[in-house]
Amino acid sequence: MWPKEFDYVRASSVDDAIQQTSDNTDAKILAGGHSLLPAMKLRLSEPGKLVDISRLADLKGISANGTLSIGAMSTHAEIAASADVQQYCASLATACGMVGDHQVRNFGTLGGNIAHADPASDPPTVLVAAGATIHIKRSRGERSVSAEDFFIDLFTTDLEDGEVITRIEVPNLSGHKAAYVKMPHPASRYAIVGVAVILEMDGDTCKSARVAVGGATVSAMRASGAESALSGSSLDDAALNAAASAVQSDISDALMGDVSYPESYRQAMSGVYLKRAVKAALG
Amino acid sequence: MSTRMFGSGIKRREDPRLITGKAKYTDDIKLPGTLHMAVVRSPHAHANIKGIDTSAAEAMPGVVAVYTGEAMNLPIPTGALIPDCNLITPEHPSLAKEKVRYVGDGVAIVLAENRYQAQDAADVVKVDYEVLGAIINPEDATKDGAPQLFDDVPNNVAFRWLMGGAENQEASNKVFEAADVVVKERIVQQRLQPTTMEPRAALAQWNAATEEMTLWVTTQNPHIHRVLLSGIIGVPEHKLRIIAPEVGGGFGAKIDLYPDEALACWASLQTGRPVKWTETRSENYVAMTHGRDHVEYVELAATKDGKVTGIRSTVYAGMGAYLTTFGAGIPTILHALIYCGVYAFENAFADVIGAFTSATPVEAYRGAGRPEATFLVERLMDKMANALDMDPTELRRKNLIPKFEDGYAAPTGVTYDSGDYEPALDKVLEMAGYSDFRKEQEEARKNGKYLGIGVTTYTEICGLGPSEVNGAIGFQAGGWESSIIRMSPTGKAQVLIGVSPHGQGGATSFAQIFSDGTGIPMDDIEVVHGDTNTTPMGWGTYGSRNAAVGGAALAGAITKFKDKAKVMAAHMLEAAVEDIEYEDGQLYVKGSPDNAKAIQEIVLMSHLGWDMPAGAEPSFEVSNFYNPPNFVYPFGAHIAIVEIDAETGTVELKRYLAVDDCGHQINPMIVAGQIHGGLAQGIGQALCEGSIYDDNGQLLTGSMMDYAVPRADMFPNFELDHTVTPSPHQPLGIKGVGETGTIASTPTVYNAVMDALKPLSVESVDMPLTPYRVWEAIQNASNGGSA
Amino acid sequence: MKVSMTVNGKGVERDVEPRMLLVHFLREELDMTGTKIGCDTSQCGACTVHLDGKALKSCTMLAVQADGADITTIEGLANGDLHVMQESFWENHGLQCGYCTPGMIMSTTALVQDNPNMSEGEIRHQLEGNLCRCTGYHNIVKAVQQASEKMGGGD
Repeated sequence: MWPKEFDYVRASSVDDAIQQTSDNTDAKILAGGHSLLPAMKLRLSEPGKLVDISRLADLKGISANGTLSIGAMSTHAEIAASADVQQYCASLATACGMVGDHQVRNFGTLGGNIAHADPASDPPTVLVAAGATIHIKRSRGERSVSAEDFFIDLFTTDLEDGEVITRIEVPNLSGHKAAYVKMPHPASRYAIVGVAVILEMDGDTCKSARVAVGGATVSAMRASGAESALSGSSLDDAALNAAASAVQSDISDALMGDVSYPESYRQAMSGVYLKRAVKAALG
Repeated sequence: MSTRMFGSGIKRREDPRLITGKAKYTDDIKLPGTLHMAVVRSPHAHANIKGIDTSAAEAMPGVVAVYTGEAMNLPIPTGALIPDCNLITPEHPSLAKEKVRYVGDGVAIVLAENRYQAQDAADVVKVDYEVLGAIINPEDATKDGAPQLFDDVPNNVAFRWLMGGAENQEASNKVFEAADVVVKERIVQQRLQPTTMEPRAALAQWNAATEEMTLWVTTQNPHIHRVLLSGIIGVPEHKLRIIAPEVGGGFGAKIDLYPDEALACWASLQTGRPVKWTETRSENYVAMTHGRDHVEYVELAATKDGKVTGIRSTVYAGMGAYLTTFGAGIPTILHALIYCGVYAFENAFADVIGAFTSATPVEAYRGAGRPEATFLVERLMDKMANALDMDPTELRRKNLIPKFEDGYAAPTGVTYDSGDYEPALDKVLEMAGYSDFRKEQEEARKNGKYLGIGVTTYTEICGLGPSEVNGAIGFQAGGWESSIIRMSPTGKAQVLIGVSPHGQGGATSFAQIFSDGTGIPMDDIEVVHGDTNTTPMGWGTYGSRNAAVGGAALAGAITKFKDKAKVMAAHMLEAAVEDIEYEDGQLYVKGSPDNAKAIQEIVLMSHLGWDMPAGAEPSFEVSNFYNPPNFVYPFGAHIAIVEIDAETGTVELKRYLAVDDCGHQINPMIVAGQIHGGLAQGIGQALCEGSIYDDNGQLLTGSMMDYAVPRADMFPNFELDHTVTPSPHQPLGIKGVGETGTIASTPTVYNAVMDALKPLSVESVDMPLTPYRVWEAIQNASNGGSA
Repeated sequence: MKVSMTVNGKGVERDVEPRMLLVHFLREELDMTGTKIGCDTSQCGACTVHLDGKALKSCTMLAVQADGADITTIEGLANGDLHVMQESFWENHGLQCGYCTPGMIMSTTALVQDNPNMSEGEIRHQLEGNLCRCTGYHNIVKAVQQASEKMGGGD
């Protein structure tokens, strides 16, 4: 299939994009297009106008100065291959390297990915666990929001009309043990469940833990019960089992499922994959 | 002695154009002035049409015409009129008039200047539906109170077929009454979406000046298309030309003459312009035929020492909303006649109920009936082995039909051509290291690892088939094939064949047969197929008949070719015809090979006609039409080794081994490729594929986001070997191999998974064995078996 | 809208609807039908081309997005006779019906250029963006392995 008719403009600047989408609520920002175009082709999304920001130099590039700053138009492939990302938050590189396939990763962007907010996509889960900050520009200036607050519901974010994601900031987690693991859907390769863990270790003891779940839930979300169960423990089997059951309660109000992989299964798998994530993080 | 072309794994001659993007598939063909057709499809599974408003669509830019079913009468025929089963064949209009019966049923067509405009307009055709109840499960469809698809088909029962009639049913009952042990199973052969990588397409061109219609179309059988289409659109066959250009996979789903194809032709007749229709994948998944869809209750009877005596079933076979070309023939003839597999059972019986459901029509899908049969036989053999506490390979070995070279009469009424099953089983067991594996498995179980092995021995019935049998079983087609060899004056050969290969490499393998038989170099041979104006009548490529029947037709043509050449050579060499030898393209009098005439010289002189033998025709062309005396019965033994992740239910296929016997192989590389592809499709059914409908009849697996077509990382490297047991009646000793991989692999993988799950007390899981289903079964079993 | 790009080394310019997909631009506007369409959802990979040297599913990009880009399709992959990957697919019987093949070849060519030392498992994993229904992937994997060796891998 192909999309319905629409107008297309290439934004000359971020401000131009903001203006073009503020004036027209029927307009949508077009980044790499690898989330939006498939939806438009299936006529699940029918914007009247696309404002292409993919070429704006301001939105590109990855830098690491104390924190990691990823331009919203960075592609998944660029992020997966970035030495800075590998150093600051390797599990984000892992997650970006699991999006779609190599063709999709070449052109799909992180900004586009998080704006689309597919609950089963991989990067949001890591961004939530990592405590990333989404930087947004709008006509009234700039604002930022934590990844945790950014993802609200199925395909729903904190982003408003006339706003453009400019960059994603990730703290330096290079001293942490981290991992992202997922069970891919056999058809779509999206996550049936994806779990990200970030562990601050003090010897054999887990000083603090951050855990996020996606795929099983309507949006990527923190699992605070699991975090408590891991924090202060030596990550032994008892702690992992406790965390595995905690994560299942953490997400119980936000579960998502379908006929092939119902909520109950995804919930149970969140526990299994949490344990696997911790083991993967510890290497 | 030169290297024989027959049996050589040479590279395919089809490939250069395919790997460079030069090959032309139907949608790649452009004609000036072409209109694009979009089909408005029902979003409801079952609904009355109260009215259709096309005015908005007609007003859209680029739109030339919009038609509904009222404007035409284009009923699609069915081809398998199975006798003695009270078959009802309701009308299948190309566009639904009063009622739609599945999501995807066509209700209107739009013709526009380009495909974007056509789809835009199709989107605004307004149809007023009165939604009725949907029914998807074929067993439930036959129950009282189920939604009725047709007024004149009570309980949606399209037919009820008893194999061998009431008499055989009684015989079956006796066998089961006498049995020491009976095992039972309920099997769901889930619906599958064939997913040819190329979606369907049609390009119809009506030439008003010559009153000829040409249709380029994604078909496996252009000649069948011509017969059927002619009757539908009223263009006589001699004015109707069907061309199958490159066709991107068929797997049975491109056998049928589809409504969309008839509509494109009809629209070209109406408008006088070429009309092109190309479906999208979303359309393909609802409107191209599906496969399988059985609910089966099956039983196996044996003595306590492991002699299996009988097999029987009650099968509810979903037909979907309408009967397809082979629809009723698949769960009956193509299914139950192979119920004995490779085993010396005394009796086989099947009670098959064909049910209409408000879902996409069901047609042949790679294997068509034989995968379902092999699955139930092999599943029951494993269950019986468990019940008798025997090793599953030993139970199989004990019941194998002993070696036979020329005919084994099975209780199902068919006569297998040749078989030697035990060597294949031995070979695959040795390749897999079966007894070592059992030890490894035992160790692994102690460590909480779940390894499993599945072993299948199978035979199948293919190479359709003797025309007399087709007549007797109600198949409205012949089963013969054809070949014309047309030589040019300079000795170049056109081999025109009635079959229509679409990925099987027929142009290569037929050239090999011809070169091998005549000594004419490969480079001088063109194999022509897929065009009704240039090729002789033939019934097409399906049911593993391409080489088995088409190849036999060519073999016969080669005999005639050589006989003709010998007559001319005898004349030129002034010798008796009986004394002429034909060897590697040279003809000479016995004992005098130095004084030979090359076949090219003989062809040239025949064309010139200056000095022909008495009674001989000039030019050099022979034709052969071959009606096979029997089907062919390839066989083999397969093994799968799997490991289950019990925490998640994930199945890992660790090894897959296949020993197949398709008699002599024309091109071993192509044979292996056919097996690889078949394996992938069969394993796909076992592990990941399956259509899912919701209660309203909406197809939830309507895109590749939801329907799991196997990917490369699902498979290990396949380990293949073969034995060679020639068919006694096929002139080249070959048997079909297009479907064996699919037929054998589904039960092999399924049984391996059940073997792995044995310590967890899981006995049955409906396919596909997705992580969730396996995990759920483990949970239920560990909860004491409660669902 | 006007778009111009370089396709297989040749500059082209057309006036197209913004919604025209790049794959339709190639197939309909330029009549380069080697690039195929096998799905609606960016799964099958039959439409894979190279854009500025990177593998792209051309059904998932608008022609207007590719304005100014340098595109290579299956028709332009080889410099001369056949590309090593094309040869390997032929040699190893890595295709049957041929419909997925242009996309397979474009995809794997890019993969091997990026990493000529993929293991069999990596090749199988990286083929996740391309579906084939005929070959069971067995000979496709062999073809990619052979091409990898010829393209500089294996050391």
